[in-house]
Amino acid sequence: MDFHLTNEQQMLRKMYREFAENEVKPLAEEIDEEERFPMETVEKMAKLGMMGIYFPKEYGGAGGDVLSYAMCVEELAKVCGTTAVIVSAHTSLCCAPIFEHGTEEQKRKYLPDLLSGKKIGAFGLTEPNAGTDASGQQTMAVLEGDHYVLNGSKCFITNGNVADTFVVFAMTDKSKGNHGISAFIVEKDFPGFSTGKHEKKMGIRGSSTCDLIFEDCIVPKENLLGKEGKGFKIAMQTLDGGRIGIAAQALGLGEGAVNEAVKYTQERVQFGKRLSQFQNTQFQLADMHTRMQAAQYLVYAAAMKKQNHEDYSMDASMAKLFAAEAASDVTRRAVQLFGGYGYTREYPVERMMRDAKITEIYEGTSEVQRMVISSHLGVK
Amino acid sequence: MKIIVSIKQVPDTSGKVAVNPDGTLNRASMQTITNPDDMNALEAALKIKDETGCKVIVVTMGPAPAAGMLREALAMGADEAVLVSAREFGGSDTYATSQILAAAINKIGVEADDIVMCGRQAIDGDTAQVGPQIAEKLHLPQVTYAADIQKDGDTITVKRMLEDGYMTIKVHTPCLITCIKELNNPRYMSVGGVFEAYSKPMTTYDYEALKDDPLIDATTIGLKGSPTNIFKSFTPPQKGAGMMLEGADKATCEKLADILAKKHII
Repeated sequence: MDFHLTNEQQMLRKMYREFAENEVKPLAEEIDEEERFPMETVEKMAKLGMMGIYFPKEYGGAGGDVLSYAMCVEELAKVCGTTAVIVSAHTSLCCAPIFEHGTEEQKRKYLPDLLSGKKIGAFGLTEPNAGTDASGQQTMAVLEGDHYVLNGSKCFITNGNVADTFVVFAMTDKSKGNHGISAFIVEKDFPGFSTGKHEKKMGIRGSSTCDLIFEDCIVPKENLLGKEGKGFKIAMQTLDGGRIGIAAQALGLGEGAVNEAVKYTQERVQFGKRLSQFQNTQFQLADMHTRMQAAQYLVYAAAMKKQNHEDYSMDASMAKLFAAEAASDVTRRAVQLFGGYGYTREYPVERMMRDAKITEIYEGTSEVQRMVISSHLGVK
Repeated sequence: MKIIVSIKQVPDTSGKVAVNPDGTLNRASMQTITNPDDMNALEAALKIKDETGCKVIVVTMGPAPAAGMLREALAMGADEAVLVSAREFGGSDTYATSQILAAAINKIGVEADDIVMCGRQAIDGDTAQVGPQIAEKLHLPQVTYAADIQKDGDTITVKRMLEDGYMTIKVHTPCLITCIKELNNPRYMSVGGVFEAYSKPMTTYDYEALKDDPLIDATTIGLKGSPTNIFKSFTPPQKGAGMMLEGADKATCEKLADILAKKHII
């Protein structure tokens, strides 16, 4: 696979990096500490086209490619896991399914505001009793004349409290199991829709995570996304793409931790030597960097396959599995290299370690990724 | 109406400055950036473009890799780029550089409602001479050290920032303005801008393209046309952090007066 970046991608990497360093990094500690959603950063990213990177200009996107999007999430995550997941969930989990499965009318209605970042998107699949087993949906949608009536609730919804547009899944025919699930585009102002309280999390604390509540929520019939009964397929395809975003987030977190550790170990002196002069430090950093470099190849390969319309489902799962576990390992090692200071909130590595853990859990746990990969191998 | 912005690729002096044994800058070993003041000039031009829809053309003189910097300017929102590049132009000092850039700007064409913008000075030479020299050679009125620019029709009101205060000057187009960092915060490239940058027009002016301009003469360009002799290059010593006193109360003022008195400044 050719990993040579195009001129545009190299230029974008520079732009993302400058933006992350100047606009995102200075807020990272504060939004974590205060559990505050960084709306001001979203507005800046919107202006720069970062909320619709790989979608065509005719719908208000920036006309870029999937790798350019993954690189954006990666660069943001190097300094702030929260900001990275805001872009990832918005792009992969809301804009992408509307773009890929929406009617022309739905695309014209919803994409311009989403891709320009005027509106934020979210995705509602997980329920209290339907996490990894997404097929156990209990939210019901009943067709009544020209609209559906939705009842039920969703939980752990990223961007939940700040989003305007949601892609939501509900059972339209319980007797059909997975084939009875349908997808809907729900606006926050639809009657009967509300959001629950902000979840207090271990990491990505600035990101908004909450319940979605549907109480006789009226969703116009024309907001059915895809065909009735095709929701599960849409959800799984959406998560395939989403995994590239989360893998890129994990990649950035791990790379960010390596950067911090390289810097710190060259400054900190113990036993009359810089930490970087000890062989243990050198070997640790070499292993950490190697793991993240391997993760980068997997993430970029998955992004390029999606861009080229090749089957990328297994690649996305491998990228997410490897990058997430590498990020957790590398950020933990970074804290260890920092010693006691690493455990304090004065340095960013403890935040990176907390942020990294979620990448092994959301948008398919590492166990789910192993299920996907082994199923592609034909292992039953 | 159009705005021509002259920009320069310079070594990133925020990192380590490398100097060759002969005293010249070791440019090859250093990262390059767009000269910071030039970014303020470009931002000022793009702001006027946002308001008026005018065209913005960026021009630079430099070796072929400077094209990368021009693409970045296009990704920020400039419409066209001109790279002035030829072996004959190499080794030019500020006098020769302004001859060549003035000829290039002549070729682009300066019309009645146009503005030429430059950064105040480049961080590699710190001369602040090229902008004013271009203005003289193009017979344009010049306003230097712009900290604020307001455009109303063909009248530009510029607030100049000087060491001992501000000076506000009104000037008619066409004119040349040199810009300082206090003027604005340069924008980032946008994602859409990056994907458009490579389809926007970029022209190269070589010696052939400019040789018929009266400003271009073997005795006025390149190393031969450069009257400057470099006596010595050096890395300036790092300045100390200085002392900051905060507050507008009497005690702080007295403390300040005391420090100044001890240093025999007052």
